Amino acid sequence: MTRRQLLSRSVALGATFVVGAGFVAAPNAAWAMETVALKPATMATLIQMARDIYPHDRIADEFYAIAVKGYDTAEAAAEIEAGIAALDAAAVGAGHPSYLGTGWERDRVDILRGMEQSAFFQKIRGGLVTGLYNQKAVWPLFGYEGESFSQGGYIERGFDDINWL
Amino acid sequence: MVAKFELTDASVVVIIGTGAGGGTLANELAQKGVKVVALEAGGRYLPEDYLNDEWDSFGQLAWLDARSTSGDWRVAKDFSGLPAWIVKAVGGTTTHWAGASLRFQDHEWKALTNYGPVQGANLLDWPIDGAEMAPWYDKAEEKMGVTRTGDRPGLPGNNNYKVFEKGALALGYKDVHTGRMAIQSTDAGNRIACQQTGFCFQGCKWGAKWSTAYTEIPDGEATGNLEVRERAMALKIEHDASGKVTGVLYADKDGNQVVQKARIVCVAGNTIESPRLLLNSASDMFPDGLANSSGQVGRNYMRHVTGSVYGVFDKPVKMWRGTTMAGIVQDEAGHNPERGFVGGYELETLALGLPFMAAFLDPGAWGREFTTALDSYENMAGMWIVGEDMPQETNRVTLNMDVKDQFGLPTPNVHFDDHPNDVAMRNHAYERGMAMYKAVGATRVLPTPPYPSTHNLGTNRMSENPRDGVVNKWGQTHDVPNLFVSDGSQFTTGAAENPTLTIVALAIRQADHIAREMAAGTI
Repeated sequence: MTRRQLLSRSVALGATFVVGAGFVAAPNAAWAMETVALKPATMATLIQMARDIYPHDRIADEFYAIAVKGYDTAEAAAEIEAGIAALDAAAVGAGHPSYLGTGWERDRVDILRGMEQSAFFQKIRGGLVTGLYNQKAVWPLFGYEGESFSQGGYIERGFDDINWL
Repeated sequence: MVAKFELTDASVVVIIGTGAGGGTLANELAQKGVKVVALEAGGRYLPEDYLNDEWDSFGQLAWLDARSTSGDWRVAKDFSGLPAWIVKAVGGTTTHWAGASLRFQDHEWKALTNYGPVQGANLLDWPIDGAEMAPWYDKAEEKMGVTRTGDRPGLPGNNNYKVFEKGALALGYKDVHTGRMAIQSTDAGNRIACQQTGFCFQGCKWGAKWSTAYTEIPDGEATGNLEVRERAMALKIEHDASGKVTGVLYADKDGNQVVQKARIVCVAGNTIESPRLLLNSASDMFPDGLANSSGQVGRNYMRHVTGSVYGVFDKPVKMWRGTTMAGIVQDEAGHNPERGFVGGYELETLALGLPFMAAFLDPGAWGREFTTALDSYENMAGMWIVGEDMPQETNRVTLNMDVKDQFGLPTPNVHFDDHPNDVAMRNHAYERGMAMYKAVGATRVLPTPPYPSTHNLGTNRMSENPRDGVVNKWGQTHDVPNLFVSDGSQFTTGAAENPTLTIVALAIRQADHIAREMAAGTI
């Protein structure tokens, strides 16, 4: 699908995502993810929730989407839909149109703090610890180099190269 | 020629576990001509199998059988099913350990005498001392190739060490160096020098770090006197009407439950499984568990006062590069009660990869306070606190009758509450560690809570008087003459030092004793 085609089949959801029939995507179409069991709007909200839990401004939404993609199954869908519905209800209760429609991160974080002890929140947060930070593709964004044995370790690659002390 | 012994061969010594204690004991006995069957719950993984990947390695090596926790320690909240980060594999936790090899200080062998009674603590003097252990430490250091002992040079300092050293010297610390490490600083024997790869905790792919998996075990097997049975989970130690042990019921790799007969049984399953096995071996004759007339089996669980300090700087450190723990400050290791606590602590360099940093930096935390710290991961330096904690009777391993394992046996529950002395020591160490990094210009410091325990000690402790502990000065149980404990569970007190060197020294000494007594026909 081209960018133009994708955008022509979608509607904006908040400022961060566009959703269409069976997919959620970035407004610039830099990435798109099909959804199977979850409503696209639910997946978009879940991705925003993931970012608000572990916000890293240098990490693109795509990686958060990958981190929560595992919940897009028939098995998990009911719990996720209910959890996101509760999140939206909390946002509405706080005077916002929806969770995604809550413009400031601090307001979204306040909503999350209010449900921090819930099983749903803890499930999403706990899953992100490995779902987000164990993605090899995000490691370079933190400077982490991962496996080193195949390159002979660092004995000749800077194990002691610090130069600012 | 690898030995193979019959299940009915009642002349063998059965050792349960192949880590620092069991693996060393197995080789030492085999070298002396004693026939040994070692039962190892895990599989056999060698350097070519180890993984430079934190979570994948954890899945490969960690002991993940069901366990539960209780008490006020934060591990019980954040990692309720994982009290300890230890290994289920041939070589046990010597695959995972970082290599720090420190002798006890003389005063630490006599904690009760030197510290005096401490309210709420169950302090006791070891029935042995530094002079008794010195020649055994010599042998252990030689066997393991410990740097800065003998004529072995120290390891070079990595980036993380250089930050640590500069901070330590700025605070006036004097005893600062790259550690006494069982990691080769030169090529020697079958082990090559450290290649500064990192991933010491995931098994050393070069074999530069000492692990029984590729030293003691194959050396012992080469004698023809040692048979290691992998994926063999000990379930119960059996005894006869006279109260002597006669063999071990275990589940073999195919799940069959069989009994290996034995002349002597040595328990070395680490400080959680060893007391669990003794408790699960209760019988009509020993209703409270084997070797438990004192009631001390499972009690006095110690895990060292631990914690980490990470410092964030304005420029890169790349702490993950190089040897994980080759760096130490020993100035705080002495007993100096003016600090507000008894005993002392070591500060040692430590690094985690990004995946484990995310899991362990502040478990359960979220939001920008947490993520901005991780954003600076590349600019972090790290250190670990390891200090003496107080033995407490109520800190203990008990049988959880509500949760059974795959064999239908009760699983272990690990209860731990910090002693006020532990809290005071940890806070002191946090303050010192943060001051070290601030002295080098840290823009942020992070006093990080203890991880699931790697130093698990004390649950079958050594005592002069049988009323006070489980084993005598040889690791022989007070109640059953042909039953020994050969791991860190025999520690009377924990001292400030990483325990492996002492476990190995005790195992070499115990092997000498067992072989001598067997020859004399007394056991």
